[in-house]
Amino acid sequence: MFWRKKDKAAEQVVEEVIVQESEVIDTVVETPAIEPVAVTQDLVAVELPKRNLSKGFKSVFSRIKFDVENLEELEDVLIQADFGVGAAEQIVAEVKTRAKKSGARSEAELKTILTELLTEKMTRADSSLNLDSGKQPYVILVVGVNGAGKTTTIGKLANYLVEGGAKVTLGAADTFRAAAVEQLETWAQRSNSDIVKPVTEGQDPAAVAFEAVEKAVANGSDVLIIDTAGRLQNKQGLMDELGKIRRVIEKNLPISEVLLVLDSTTGQNAMTQAKAFTEVASVTGIALTKLDGSAKGGIVYAIQDQLNIPVKLVGVGEGINDFGFFDAKEFATGLVGEN
Amino acid sequence: MFGNLSDRLVETFKGLRAKGKLSAADIDATLREIRKALLEADVALEVVKTFIAAVRERALGDEVSKALNPAQQVVQIVQEELIVILGGEARRIQFAKNPPTVIMLAGLQGSGKTTLAGKLAKWLKEQGQTPMLVACDLQRPNAVNQLQVIGERVGVPVFAPEEGNGKGNPVSVAKDSIKHAKQKQFSVVIVDTAGRLGIDEELMKQANDIRKATDPDEVLFVIDSMIGQDAANVAKAFEDGVGITGVVLTKLDGDARGGAALSVAQVTGKPILFSSTGEGMDAFEPFYPDRMASRILDMGDILSLIEQAQKSFDEQEALVMAEKMAKDAFTLEDFLDQMQQLRKMGSLKSMLSMMPGAGKLKGQLDNIDEKEIDRTEAIIRAMTPKERRDPKILNGSRRLRIAKGSGMTVTDVNSLVNRFEQAAKMMKVMAKGGNPGLPGMPQGMGAMPRPQVKKDKGKKKAKSGNPAKRAAEISGIQPPKQGNSGSSFGLGG
Repeated sequence: MFWRKKDKAAEQVVEEVIVQESEVIDTVVETPAIEPVAVTQDLVAVELPKRNLSKGFKSVFSRIKFDVENLEELEDVLIQADFGVGAAEQIVAEVKTRAKKSGARSEAELKTILTELLTEKMTRADSSLNLDSGKQPYVILVVGVNGAGKTTTIGKLANYLVEGGAKVTLGAADTFRAAAVEQLETWAQRSNSDIVKPVTEGQDPAAVAFEAVEKAVANGSDVLIIDTAGRLQNKQGLMDELGKIRRVIEKNLPISEVLLVLDSTTGQNAMTQAKAFTEVASVTGIALTKLDGSAKGGIVYAIQDQLNIPVKLVGVGEGINDFGFFDAKEFATGLVGEN
Repeated sequence: MFGNLSDRLVETFKGLRAKGKLSAADIDATLREIRKALLEADVALEVVKTFIAAVRERALGDEVSKALNPAQQVVQIVQEELIVILGGEARRIQFAKNPPTVIMLAGLQGSGKTTLAGKLAKWLKEQGQTPMLVACDLQRPNAVNQLQVIGERVGVPVFAPEEGNGKGNPVSVAKDSIKHAKQKQFSVVIVDTAGRLGIDEELMKQANDIRKATDPDEVLFVIDSMIGQDAANVAKAFEDGVGITGVVLTKLDGDARGGAALSVAQVTGKPILFSSTGEGMDAFEPFYPDRMASRILDMGDILSLIEQAQKSFDEQEALVMAEKMAKDAFTLEDFLDQMQQLRKMGSLKSMLSMMPGAGKLKGQLDNIDEKEIDRTEAIIRAMTPKERRDPKILNGSRRLRIAKGSGMTVTDVNSLVNRFEQAAKMMKVMAKGGNPGLPGMPQGMGAMPRPQVKKDKGKKKAKSGNPAKRAAEISGIQPPKQGNSGSSFGLGG
């Protein structure tokens, strides 16, 4: 669900449909007057289609026997799911304590304890998208290392929002990778979103972001999603560039979400990524991608726990509908397996 | 590269080094640390277990207890076992007897296949081959387009009859590409395929069909060095599903500990042929298991460093430079040349991180400002050729003009000129004295230490005075064996 202004929004959507038909994806920006958008009291809730992930997780615990006396194997499995040594030890200790307390012995009971523990630890109040400030367009900045799945995630999210009745503009600020702009453009077409592309090849991404903001304000978008080039978090220059992109956007609009896209097959380095990107770009949420592989994404447990960044989205495939919102219970049940 | 893992092991071995004799308990404690370090480095659990078992068996045996320095011996064993897992001897690409040699790339989504295809093509071209790229990733939006752009960048033709984005049959593209290559007499065909998730049977089958259609000489499995525990499963899936002949590790320029290298090599038994270390099309090098093992143990990677330096430094030019230095004819123009040579070698940080002991230097490495090189370059470029040749003519108004032209302040210009003069003097001393240590490199870089030249003048004969100070100033980088590194930088005279 997201909130948008009551009356104007509807009109603008109608207007935009006409505009979209007449001109094919336009990069020319007609210097619109950007006025600070006042917070409207008059918000109307737009219901977005529900998402759940029936597919996606693959239990990792099916091959071990749960046994109170011998939980080392559980630790091994947690390590294999990329929880990390520290978190794995901690979880095993907690399962032991709880099992003792409740007198649980059977495998089913232990599984339940583990599922509950993971659900409890990973449930957060702030795991939904933050699209309710009323200052439109809501800006979502998408960041991450190379190959994490940023562009694909943006395509899916845009499509989802458009289906929910939102007008979406995409900003192609990945001006570095070959054909990244074209890739995003394909997603823009698939999802019926507008796109702002760099005017010249290799243009300053901050400039593209700036133009995207102008265009999104001018065309009355509800949501602006900005794609950025993948960067390894230890490249200082590139990280500084990200800071600049952020500052440039914030001159005109508040940023509602900074989504860090994490490949769920990533190991312990994901923690370093989350730290570094948070420092530079103030990450507000994580999109965990490629969960349909055999990966388990256990590292997000530690990231939520230590860095206090919620997981918000999960990606489970290449299809435009293959994503959903993170649900701790679903995640835990998926990992541990049904009883 | 592997920095964090090597830090851990160095930390572990510190305790070991101090002891003359090792008890079984000592060894177990050490092995526990190594196990943890390897797991935190994302080495797959099963691989860690095998590794630890192998090391323990040997460590408890005679070779350790009878060794003069048992701790050293354990280090030796760990290193040897690492090399065993990483694939023993280095292997090169196998070329077909009858061209074209076909190289097929396979890997997960986002592992960096398409970029790697470009790097590989460029590298092969430099080796005198005539490569051709084939766009068989018809799945991901604009993958074909991306390959075309990359092909253009590296100057290698791209065979892309289909536009992709879900359209076209990759198997027939692959088939046609071989015919095309034979016709046009390309010596190597590099086939880029769609990324897959390992468990996706349909795509796996497609990859298999491409393999059948092209009968490749090499099937390279491309894997992201940041991958976690899943590396082992993924590698297994590709080995079983497609059958691979070698591995390429990508994104090794990140700060991931890269345990995947160990996992993949162990699980598939296939050698790692290349590592990819940056976004530039040059950031690509052969993978050396022995060197990598040394690197993990923080023994540095001097050989890679030297090779890289040799590739970039024109030896002739270096000789001329050395002569100039000796004759005191070293000008700002040369200074600029030298800086560009260094730039060619890759980033200063990645150079330094290959040196022994640099694992400990990580904090300091981060403080090296590569921008400083840019600034220095800007200042020199704002000078007239005459000024570059003879900085003595730089009076106040010239300096002001240069400052304005380069967007810097007069103070910056002054300090550059001062540093240049000092560096030129030092280099002269070095070129004559022939005691290079780490020759000239930090001096050439703008972010240079400021040796006290006046004192040096007084005791020119005392070779040690100056380099020692320099060594202290670059804080703790142990100079590699002089002979090697000296000549590799071409500054040894």
